[in-house]
Amino acid sequence: MFMENEKINNNIIEVQGLTKKFSDFVAVDNISFSVDEGEIFAFLGPNGAGKTTTIKILTTILQPTSGKIFINGSDPRTEQNDVRRAFGIVFQDPSLDDELTALENMEFHGVLYKVPKEMRQKRIEELLKYVELWDRRNELVKKFSGGMKRRLEVARGLIHHPKILFLDEPTLGLDPQTRNHIWNYIKGLNQTEKMTVFLTTHYMEEADKIAQRIAVIDHGKIVAMGTSAQLKEKTKTNSLEEAFLALTGNIMREEEANSTDRLRMMRRMRH
Amino acid sequence: MSTIYILWLRQLKRYFRSKSRIVGSLGQPLLFLLAFGFGFGQVYQKAGGGNYITFLAPGIVAMGIIFTALFSGIEIIWDRQFGFLKETLAAPVSRLKIMLGRTLGGATVASFQGLLVLLLAMAAGFRPQNIAFLPLALVFMLLISLLFTALGTAIASLLSDMQGFQLIMNFLIMPLVFLSGAFSPLDGLPKALTAITVVNPLSYGVDGLCHTLIGVSHFGLLTDFMVLSVVTVAILIVGSYLFSKIQI
Repeated sequence: MFMENEKINNNIIEVQGLTKKFSDFVAVDNISFSVDEGEIFAFLGPNGAGKTTTIKILTTILQPTSGKIFINGSDPRTEQNDVRRAFGIVFQDPSLDDELTALENMEFHGVLYKVPKEMRQKRIEELLKYVELWDRRNELVKKFSGGMKRRLEVARGLIHHPKILFLDEPTLGLDPQTRNHIWNYIKGLNQTEKMTVFLTTHYMEEADKIAQRIAVIDHGKIVAMGTSAQLKEKTKTNSLEEAFLALTGNIMREEEANSTDRLRMMRRMRH
Repeated sequence: MSTIYILWLRQLKRYFRSKSRIVGSLGQPLLFLLAFGFGFGQVYQKAGGGNYITFLAPGIVAMGIIFTALFSGIEIIWDRQFGFLKETLAAPVSRLKIMLGRTLGGATVASFQGLLVLLLAMAAGFRPQNIAFLPLALVFMLLISLLFTALGTAIASLLSDMQGFQLIMNFLIMPLVFLSGAFSPLDGLPKALTAITVVNPLSYGVDGLCHTLIGVSHFGLLTDFMVLSVVTVAILIVGSYLFSKIQI
């Protein structure tokens, strides 16, 4: 009993045998991993590997088929509100209200996460300035470009300082300067506030530079896990990208075949 | 409280920012008021029914409200498709509060829309029988708004795409309106139709508005109020449950 409690306390995220099925399709297949408090942990995997599904389950908005999960010691299935208080999230796909202004979107988030008014206003100003949207704070989000929306979403996710920050491909579609800028901010939070960061990304050099540990996920399974150096050593490669391709390379081909199949089917339907 | 308030405020901001939506949802009630009011007016009068515009106005107000209220529910599907729903569902606030904030916001907007329709009806010649009853009419407008916003939210919680919603809307709004006594008196209907009008909650809303605006009542004001309140609470409970089951 004591051992169990201690384990949960050390591992702020604890996942054992997590499985998620959508009718016949197994999106996440019996994965287990844990993340230490204050760690920066990355999920790396091709499209459709199960990264986003896992994040959705950990953040209570999707129910798992089976498996044990503890987020900050609470179960996302039954203790949803405790879990929700522990994390912040930047989603992979858009989640802004286009009919509100940038400032209103930030305010909405701050109120929802119960950040006290003064701190809220201070942080919103600081963050909007940091992502260079302060001058355009009173414009409707629907007028923003894709990159501006992404910057706003990342800034919004940082208004409250949660124990765990989930980032689902946060820098997708941003230029290298902005990506660098944003990662510096997140790293700062990780160091000063001991914030645990769980991220997924497509950019190898990002994962290499930022994450302390990386799990390579493919076909819903974790195929390798460790530091970047360990992954390179395991696959006898020189870069994380090579290691990643060595671990998941076959999938790329399969995906290609799938899309060709789809094209063939479309052609058949037309004729 | 602040959660409910910010969700309520969001609904209002969205509503007042889309002028086309305000004008657009006034179109249908206006069309019915003019086409029915002036089209059937003479026949109604000759049959001894009195001024048809007067009879029609409360029903048209109810119709304006139910349109806006049910379509507020549709916004959950929009939010789901455009991703904003995730932002609220992952936040550390109870789903009940989210549901309440949204419903209150939608209901405020629908009541406002009902007021606009009432003003339009007055421009077309309608006069409330007794000004002193206007506050009570407002209460009924708010009750109808609450009931049907909650119903819209409940239905939208079950659906993930727009097609299904449109279908239900078309098979729900029109029957609800036509079988509520909005356009024709409830007295002397065949038994089967009477049975439907009695279980249609909008009948009590229309009746309440009729009583407070033109002084004619079928069920009685207290019955209207009780039925609307009980049904509203029931739908809110069911709606909250369905809303809490949403997965993305």
